Amino acid sequence: MSDNVETELLLEISDLKTHFRTPRGTVRAVDGVSLSLERGKALGIVGESGSGKTILSRSIMGLLPRSGVIREGSVKFRGQEILGKSTKEMQSVWGREMAMIFQDPMTSLNPVMKVGRQIAEPLMLHLGMNKVEARQTAEKLLRDVRIPEATRRLDQYPHELSGGMRQRVMIAIALACGPTLLFADEPTTALDVTVQAQILELINEQRRDRNMSLILVTHDLGVVAGFTDEIAVMYGGKLVEKAPTKVLFERMKMPYTEALLESIPRLDQPSHSRLAVIPGRPPDLVNPPRGCRFAPRCAYVRDRCLTEEPQLTVAESPDHVYACHYPVGSPEYHERRVELSKASTAVGGSN
Amino acid sequence: MAGTGKAHLRPEGEALLRVEDLVVEFPVGRTGLKVNAVTGISFDVLRGETLGIVGESGCGKSTTGRAIMQLPRPTSGSIVFDGQDLTKLDKEAMRAARTKVQMIFQDPISSLNPRRKVRDIVMEPLSIWKRGTKEEQAAAVDKVLEEVGIDPQRAAESLPHQFSGGQCQRISIARSLVLDPRMIICDEPVSALDVSVQAQVLNLLEDLKKAYGLTLIFIAHDLAVVKNISDRVAVMYLGKFCEIGASDDMYARPAHPYTKVLLDSIPVPDPNATVGKVAVEGEPPSPVNPPSGCRFNPRCPNASDRCRSEEPTLREIEPGHFVACHHPLFGGEAPVSVRTA
Repeated sequence: MSDNVETELLLEISDLKTHFRTPRGTVRAVDGVSLSLERGKALGIVGESGSGKTILSRSIMGLLPRSGVIREGSVKFRGQEILGKSTKEMQSVWGREMAMIFQDPMTSLNPVMKVGRQIAEPLMLHLGMNKVEARQTAEKLLRDVRIPEATRRLDQYPHELSGGMRQRVMIAIALACGPTLLFADEPTTALDVTVQAQILELINEQRRDRNMSLILVTHDLGVVAGFTDEIAVMYGGKLVEKAPTKVLFERMKMPYTEALLESIPRLDQPSHSRLAVIPGRPPDLVNPPRGCRFAPRCAYVRDRCLTEEPQLTVAESPDHVYACHYPVGSPEYHERRVELSKASTAVGGSN
Repeated sequence: MAGTGKAHLRPEGEALLRVEDLVVEFPVGRTGLKVNAVTGISFDVLRGETLGIVGESGCGKSTTGRAIMQLPRPTSGSIVFDGQDLTKLDKEAMRAARTKVQMIFQDPISSLNPRRKVRDIVMEPLSIWKRGTKEEQAAAVDKVLEEVGIDPQRAAESLPHQFSGGQCQRISIARSLVLDPRMIICDEPVSALDVSVQAQVLNLLEDLKKAYGLTLIFIAHDLAVVKNISDRVAVMYLGKFCEIGASDDMYARPAHPYTKVLLDSIPVPDPNATVGKVAVEGEPPSPVNPPSGCRFNPRCPNASDRCRSEEPTLREIEPGHFVACHHPLFGGEAPVSVRTA
């Protein structure tokens, strides 16, 4: 997206593992993920609930409980290892370097504190501003996120604002200390479609203006398609495919990515179109299946998939990786595709 | 955004459900103010038809669904189901009528009793209504569980929390089907589910509709989901209908500016689609104090003085396609002037 030849590697994650100890056993929520992100780029992390996408973003930011968590691997931010840093050490990173926008603006804002003070707080804490400066900056931030009557809004409480306004306040707080990396975890799921479009555009515009990197965590392939440079698809705690956004939509390799896209009802299909389904449900991460974790639900599964775990492989374009033995486009894939279409016409087009 | 008007209603007697001039108001504390949740809408649903109702939160779509079930009783209007006006029934008669109109809800897990075995939950309507012998009841429950794809054996042994969200929604569907209803009102039945599971439940509803000869009202905020399952779609805004028509026609050629805005706001899973166009500014106003004239006028790009004072009524612009707008995108006189701000 940038014409800048000079690229700065902002984030480098290698073999990151986040496991939780629970009475049922160890939950392998994030199980060996490697990723990198350049300054100014937007990365979408896509997956179903339980795929580990939210835990991955929280692991990077260091927002996990101290006890009962097993952390392995490495998270380098601007070349510096930040995995396992203490809360105290992370305080210089939070706000100034990394910030997060959460899904539900009502529960993430303090209900008994005026909006202005909630924005001013990080400014005083992280940037050492005094009260007057902080209030002025807070007002400017509210204007940046296009809240009308910013001065009056400073003295209102969150319940006096609409859902979309609250999410704008959340964004203002996240932007307050000028972070270089912004996490947005399902930032529009709680909002109506017309407001969702406004909020996504606002995040995108602020990212460009501030040369920020963005990690957009969502289950909605529609949301990531328009607002990211790259997409990482997660399944069962693993990264299963990663590619530049256009490449992914044009030449996806993972049958899972394809199935996910095909199961979305589309506006350009006539009504009563039969939807493609993914049978079953995501794996139990206490006891994930051997071999490929998607194998039990995959239409293209073969014996090898049940025993041997596929490693990330580079596709035709070097920045496209996937983890599949029989990817979309392979001879085995085509063979099965023909069988499947024969079978579905034979039974009169059921699932 | 009027929605008053009944031009779109089909001849009486053809419809399984006919709702006229439905009004639902709620008091706001002791302030004397009221929330105008639904203000004078009329619609009908034919036997075997699926009517989709779409709109943003607060538009009154769920209230409409619940008003049909008399949960709570609407402020005014008539709801004729199979020749019976549900608003005039006493408590006992309404209880009996509810066996014919069932409802499924958004959150499948919290709408099931967490402390009862799943099979008993599905059995309960039959035991309350004493339908058949114990053996017949058991057979009916097993049959319906099989049909929604839940193993009856496992259902007999397990509690709701031992099933996933999608499975719980299947169980809710089984419970609503067991009394053999004529109509099911689905209130956001798939919005809490993952896309892969959502597709399973939508396909299941289509299959069951055929198998049981059901009539459906499908309420949701997701336009693509509503289009997929519905024969006709009604678009709601602030307690009124703005547009109603056959789903394929309406999505191909929306006539109301609000319908177009909704369609344009949906993120499309295609990186080549144009993005960054914000279709509409602002958010829906409060239903406590709705705008005069057309309710969409403060956000509408084509609003004229007439829109601010005079409420439009639903009228037919092509066969079976009705719109409540003074300046529809087609089928009317062109806007006096296209205003840009």
